[in-house]
Amino acid sequence: MLRHILAAILAASLLGLMAPHPAAAEDQTEQNHPYEPPPPPKLKWSFAGPFGHYDQAQLQRGFKVYREVCANCHGLSLLSFRNLGEPGALGYSEAQIKALASEYKVQDGPNDQGEMFERNGRPADRFPAPFPNDNAARARYNAVPPDFSVIAKARTYERGFPWFIVDAFTQYQEHGVDYIAAYLGGFEDKPPPKVNIPAGLQFNKYFPGGGNSMPKPVQIYTGLVTYDDGTPQTVEQYAKDVSAFLMWAAEPHLEERKRIGFQVMVFLIVFAGLLYFTKKKVWSAVKGHT
Amino acid sequence: MSGHATYQPTSPFMKWFERRLPIVGLLYSSFVAYPTPRNLNYWWTFGGILTFFLIAQFITGIVLAMHYTPHVDFAFNSVEHIMRDVNYGWLLRYMHANGAAMFFLAAYIHMFRGMYYGSYKDPREVLWILGVILLLLMIMTGFMGYVLPWGQMSFWAATVITNLFSAIPGIGEAVVTWLWGGYSVGNPTLNRFYALHYLLPFVIAGVVGLHIWALHVVGQNNPTGIDVKSEQDTVAFTPYATIKDSFLMVVFCILFAWFVFYVPNFLGHADNYIPANPAVTPTHIVPEWYYLPFYAILRAIPNKLMGVGALGASIVILAFLPWLDTSKVRSANYRPLYRQFFWIFVIVCVGLGWLGSKPAEGGYVIVSRIFTAYYFLHFLVILPLLGLFEKTKPLPNSISESILSPAPAASVT
Amino acid sequence: MTTVSAEPTRRDFLFIATGAVGAVGAAATLLPLVSQMNPDASTIAAGAPVEVDLSPIAVGQVVKVFWRGKPIFISHRTKKEIDEARAVDVKKLPDPQADQDRVKKDHDEWLILIGICTHLGCIPLAHQGNYDGWFCPCHGSQYDSSGRIRQGPAPANLPLPPYTFLSDSKILIGETQPPKA
Repeated sequence: MLRHILAAILAASLLGLMAPHPAAAEDQTEQNHPYEPPPPPKLKWSFAGPFGHYDQAQLQRGFKVYREVCANCHGLSLLSFRNLGEPGALGYSEAQIKALASEYKVQDGPNDQGEMFERNGRPADRFPAPFPNDNAARARYNAVPPDFSVIAKARTYERGFPWFIVDAFTQYQEHGVDYIAAYLGGFEDKPPPKVNIPAGLQFNKYFPGGGNSMPKPVQIYTGLVTYDDGTPQTVEQYAKDVSAFLMWAAEPHLEERKRIGFQVMVFLIVFAGLLYFTKKKVWSAVKGHT
Repeated sequence: MSGHATYQPTSPFMKWFERRLPIVGLLYSSFVAYPTPRNLNYWWTFGGILTFFLIAQFITGIVLAMHYTPHVDFAFNSVEHIMRDVNYGWLLRYMHANGAAMFFLAAYIHMFRGMYYGSYKDPREVLWILGVILLLLMIMTGFMGYVLPWGQMSFWAATVITNLFSAIPGIGEAVVTWLWGGYSVGNPTLNRFYALHYLLPFVIAGVVGLHIWALHVVGQNNPTGIDVKSEQDTVAFTPYATIKDSFLMVVFCILFAWFVFYVPNFLGHADNYIPANPAVTPTHIVPEWYYLPFYAILRAIPNKLMGVGALGASIVILAFLPWLDTSKVRSANYRPLYRQFFWIFVIVCVGLGWLGSKPAEGGYVIVSRIFTAYYFLHFLVILPLLGLFEKTKPLPNSISESILSPAPAASVT
Repeated sequence: MTTVSAEPTRRDFLFIATGAVGAVGAAATLLPLVSQMNPDASTIAAGAPVEVDLSPIAVGQVVKVFWRGKPIFISHRTKKEIDEARAVDVKKLPDPQADQDRVKKDHDEWLILIGICTHLGCIPLAHQGNYDGWFCPCHGSQYDSSGRIRQGPAPANLPLPPYTFLSDSKILIGETQPPKA
């Protein structure tokens, strides 16, 4: 009985899934397919897994790339300079952060005359925005460069069945950084044949649809950001470092979270074990239960 | 709410107090001496787990409310302020967000348990209906909570869900404007959703009180589905049920902690980390996983009014389950056919959940229609007919007999 | 209760009258409580009509302006788009309406729409879909170059906002008549 009904439902469902989608069929003939990007390669990250922690040197390199390249257009509006020196962050000293903050100009005011004025940044200040407002950005670039504060958590890619279930068990949570790293290395001057990109857009291999408003970040494609520690100055390395930095920016308490998580897990497992044996003991008095 | 033993105060103060407010006696007879069937399995621990998660959501929620700002310009940033600056704010917020998911998971297990063992049947109809009301309240509360971080998914979920009311003929548009407090989802909407998200849990707590009251009037069902006949069929709630509930609760918390500490954003959606933008719709609007089956039913029907009607009906029909199931036998352990249909129904519900997460196009729509049709068929045709034609297995004479000399049928669970 | 008589008595009348007055009071109390949910005075004021200058909009371009928090699409249609919209057999449409009824007389090239999908309120994307019009990314509704529903779950055409031409290159959204000078 069960088998028959289940078989009937399954068969009908399969037929349904295989049925050609009328719009899709027309798409193929009339228009070209929208560009479907390949899944980004899965990279190795120091912060992945239950004992993950940030690689301080990598975060510092990533921050350098951010400052010298990305920061021209992309804000970090939710972060303050002080965040860079907090536990689980980039490991800068208080003096280093003070010096860094003072390199920025921050608007303050009003002063006694009622005027707004500019002063050097302080550790408690937020990173100044690259544009006064969205329209200013739009006027210049025809698009608003997204803020980077939580971008590593705001980007992802489709994992599909059954991987999205597997990910819950393997703790794969690095979709965002994998995507960003792939995206940064994915700028290509010419789209592949048969892919049409609207005029004025740049082709990127990993961008859904293929065409995006961001021009190729030339500095990282020509090795213009200098690393002092001998790390190779390649696109892949820049992309990886800045992605790691953005992960930290989006999830500054990741190390603390995973550390406490391990303690909680050990506690819960011990407690559950004790409860199990207590339960057995209590129920042993009841006839028919073991 | 009476048990086999009543509370006897010993100290003079407690005697004095108990004569004026017999609350200790009430608690004692409800949660200590209260007789529970001795054959309850672990599926019966989810009521306790749900109570635990309700309390956990209350505590984390009230604490979050102390740091959150319900205003379109500040909501997103205030959530990020909680995540970054508030001491352990990240923990509280992840607990609250994932706690909601665990709450729904436990509620669905609790409901499927009730369906499998026929816990909605005479005399537990009111108990079951109170449960359906709780589900509705949970859906509303969870939805409004999801709007509060004011990300892209928050905004567009609010837009899509409130627009469901525009399907009401004639007054639909006026109702939607009234819900919004404006001409689109905006600050008044966010502000009232915040107020209601704070209020509704107290309503839930009240209905949970009624749910437990009704439970204690009619007593718990059990895996055999037969009534408690003598004291031998039961054990005292404390320590037997309490310790068993506690054990599974902690096991369930391991799952909860896994999500909170290791994959806190797994059940969320990346787009909700993009601040709400009324000018851009995300390419793919998906609700939280616990609404997906209902969402699939909504989208399966091409007509707007009918789709919204089907969505509502898929929940309301649960309230009629006690009368749609015509079988005299409660437990599926003694209903071989129903047991098979039960599992098909579970598969269909999970399948609808998966379909709800897929784009509404092509083959997915067709499969959604088949599954939606089956969902209603299960309640409207299969259950009424099954009770009339099914040949059930013989029931044991008593609960204690089923344990001490298990009949073949009773040994299933 | 004392004796129950079938005849309505003076006492019954008193009870009913008391109950009715109480019900009126409760309903009157409810009114402000329900009404406060409706758009407030500032929201209504912010929904005043807006003027839009059409001259910078090129042929084939669709721009989005906001009125009452709703996106308004202003489409400067090409000849091809107008012809396509008019070539359709109106009777066969899900929500039959001629293209002529969706634009102002002598302004065929200007299509002004409320850019909210009639299904569940998402914003359709311009120049997409199979009908040279709009495509809603949420649930796949497709609108043609006249903003009429052609395919998908949406029940109706994209609605037209109240608007009027102040001059050939200027419209006022939110009013159907030019304001008197």
